Amino acid sequence: MEFINNIFVNIAGLVRWVFNWLLGWLGLPLGLTDVLMTAVYWVAIVVVCVLCALFYVIWERKLAGYIQRRPGPNRLGPNGWLQTIGDAIKLVMKEDIVPDKADKPVHLLAALLAFVPPMLALAAIPFGEGMAALDLKLGVVYVLAVTTLASLPVLLAGYASNNKYSLIGGMRVVNQAISYEVPQAFALLSVIMVAGTFNLTEIVHFQQQHLWLVFVQPLAFVVYIISAVAECNRAPFDLPEGESELTAGVFTEYSGMRYALFYLAEYCNMFVAAGLATTLFLGGFSGPFLPGWLWFILKTFVIMSVFIWVRWTLPRIRADYVLSFCWKILVPLTLLNMLVTGVVLYLI
Amino acid sequence: MNTETNKQGRYSEVYQLNFGPQHPSTHGVLHMLVEMDGETCVGVDTKIGYLHRGMEKLMECRTYLQGLPYTDRLDYLAGVNNNLPYVLAVEKLLGVEVPARASLLRMLTCEIMRLASYMVGVGIYIMDLGAVSGVFYPFQEREYALDCMSALCGARMTQSYIRYGGVQADINEEFDAAYQKLVAETPRFIEMYHKLVDENEIFLRRTKGIGVISAEDAMDYALTGPNLRASGVDYDLRRDAPYCLYDRFKIEVPVLTAGDCHARYVQRMLEVEKIFQLIKEIYAALKEEPVGEIMAKIPKVLKPAAGEAYAQTENPKGIMGCLVASEGKLNPLRVHFRRPSFDNIAIFEKIMPGHKVADLVSIIASFDIVLGEIDG
Amino acid sequence: MLVQYAAVGLLFIGAVFFACAALIVSRLLQPHNPYKQKNITYECGMLPLGDAWVRFKPSYFVTGLIFLLFDVETMFLLPWALCFTEMGLAALLEMFVFIGILAAGLVYAWKEGALQWH
Repeated sequence: MEFINNIFVNIAGLVRWVFNWLLGWLGLPLGLTDVLMTAVYWVAIVVVCVLCALFYVIWERKLAGYIQRRPGPNRLGPNGWLQTIGDAIKLVMKEDIVPDKADKPVHLLAALLAFVPPMLALAAIPFGEGMAALDLKLGVVYVLAVTTLASLPVLLAGYASNNKYSLIGGMRVVNQAISYEVPQAFALLSVIMVAGTFNLTEIVHFQQQHLWLVFVQPLAFVVYIISAVAECNRAPFDLPEGESELTAGVFTEYSGMRYALFYLAEYCNMFVAAGLATTLFLGGFSGPFLPGWLWFILKTFVIMSVFIWVRWTLPRIRADYVLSFCWKILVPLTLLNMLVTGVVLYLI
Repeated sequence: MNTETNKQGRYSEVYQLNFGPQHPSTHGVLHMLVEMDGETCVGVDTKIGYLHRGMEKLMECRTYLQGLPYTDRLDYLAGVNNNLPYVLAVEKLLGVEVPARASLLRMLTCEIMRLASYMVGVGIYIMDLGAVSGVFYPFQEREYALDCMSALCGARMTQSYIRYGGVQADINEEFDAAYQKLVAETPRFIEMYHKLVDENEIFLRRTKGIGVISAEDAMDYALTGPNLRASGVDYDLRRDAPYCLYDRFKIEVPVLTAGDCHARYVQRMLEVEKIFQLIKEIYAALKEEPVGEIMAKIPKVLKPAAGEAYAQTENPKGIMGCLVASEGKLNPLRVHFRRPSFDNIAIFEKIMPGHKVADLVSIIASFDIVLGEIDG
Repeated sequence: MLVQYAAVGLLFIGAVFFACAALIVSRLLQPHNPYKQKNITYECGMLPLGDAWVRFKPSYFVTGLIFLLFDVETMFLLPWALCFTEMGLAALLEMFVFIGILAAGLVYAWKEGALQWH
């Protein structure tokens, strides 16, 4: 049990030991081990990203099928579960079409950068006890800062395409970013006030000792989930893409692998948001019987399913309502929540 | 253009955006040249013709019998409803008396297809607002309506079921079974759809006060059908100028006054209930009617006497009129349709400026247009 | 401590590298046949009218400014949130005043219609 719980930590320890031994044998400074370990974490994060994107794309399509009273994809592989792999192969082999009028370097840059924020954010999230690639002291701030960057590649894509639909989409991304970010930060602040630390693993420990923070800060949880959906540009906040309004919005001029990178990034962003919600509100990797990392995956799965459920249920919000909803409802609510939290914490 | 608007004190540029023809929510190939200031629309120019097949000319070049199936392709969501005005007009020229049973069958199929068309209308509307799942529910209930038609005449969408002098086939056991299914399932659909959509806050926000049409404007722009009634004009041909045997039945016509997108949606949902009632009444009347002729005696070769005839019916999209002119030959001299969707979209240029891009989609979808009908 | 942030830099390079590798692999596998018609900007099947790089009207400009204000406020609140329990009543009240001023500002902006699209 204990072995399975720590299996990834042990593997990492083993790899580190091997590196240390190798470097000693080669006569190189041992400080290089950290650099090499980063490479290992990088591989691990890429694997997690790709796997979760592959899984959640097919799971979303399946769940959407059940929601819409249809079977969903059911041809490739057992019950259609290999469909995403087929789609991925298709996307890799598709031609990248870049319009003549587009700003080509920026067009490329947007696709290259799309994947950076979720990957950086994933590095800080503890998948289990000691299973954060970067166990940062300022974990919450770091994740908050990095995930915020996710809207930049989308804005770049919208600008670079030289397409009016993309431009409108790109401008909507900014609209969204200035709307949800403040309530999201305030929601996380009230969590930090309770837990008294920025470190994600310590927040999980705090929840292990006391109570899941979702019971302490239910309002912050709801606000965070709403902001997270907006941050990932998912329906009902999928305005930048808004396919019934803007054809494909910012992604109109993206095809093949460049589009696939954005697509991958979208699911990874969702995974990060779900992972952060799990860590901050649902006790992260803590849970009985099963190994910690499995608990983390299960809880994330539930939140991801909620995201998908919401997407296939609600109509799309209009851009100006996003703004007024966030500023007129969420911001005052979270401010109030912070004040109440402060007073209560001071009194007890 | 740009400098002109800048003179008005704007610091932004007005740009022209092609909305359609290849756009997911212009319901086919409607093309709107939209002038935009940021996300706000400041001017609309509706352009049509991308689906023009020369329907009227095609019918003029063929015999009457060959011409009939073309009518199904106008409003392809409700095939039989388009057969009716054409057939009525030709029958006026021929001077044929249609058997009562055939008239009832015409009404029954028209109402069933009207139900199916409304289901598509509301489903697509919700989908264009961004809730893709909204379209799947009515489409599945619509299957029962199409199954009825399939059992009756073998075709699901372009039925050409209504023929000169009567209808193609009488109801059979297969139809009865499909009809029972329809009767059993439709209330469930209505109830479920009300539950899914009606009180959704986002839906209300996206629809209320969007694309408001006053009753005067609606009449000035010759709006017809649910779009007219949602603006507070109580007019329905089935009740006010009955054709077939509609005068035998009490037609209830819901009327709303708001005239916005929400009213147009609610109007359709209310009418779905009334249509469903009417279907049941017509079916009951049909069962009481003695089994007999469903076709009048008409000549094998149709050569209506020279002259003109006009007939109009209340279609799901509005009033469909048909003018047939004959000079006593095998083919009609002139066939012309008053196509409701075509007349309805004229008001776009008036109501759309000032709305956001998202609202344009909402307005287009709330009109429930069919491009086959607009372009003819 | 700072070494960890060096790792962030490395991961950044790694992420870009991953994207590059994916694009290069894809480039080797994909057909490459651009021609003029294919590379026209997509605008619903019509030829685009004019350039897309216009002086676009961001209807949320004023809200953007308020957002900036609140983002900075968040920055000040972060360290406070960590240790306000140890700093006693004074810290709590001071922050209340701080938030109060900003909340008043928000209400004012709201009244002035800054939280709407123009």
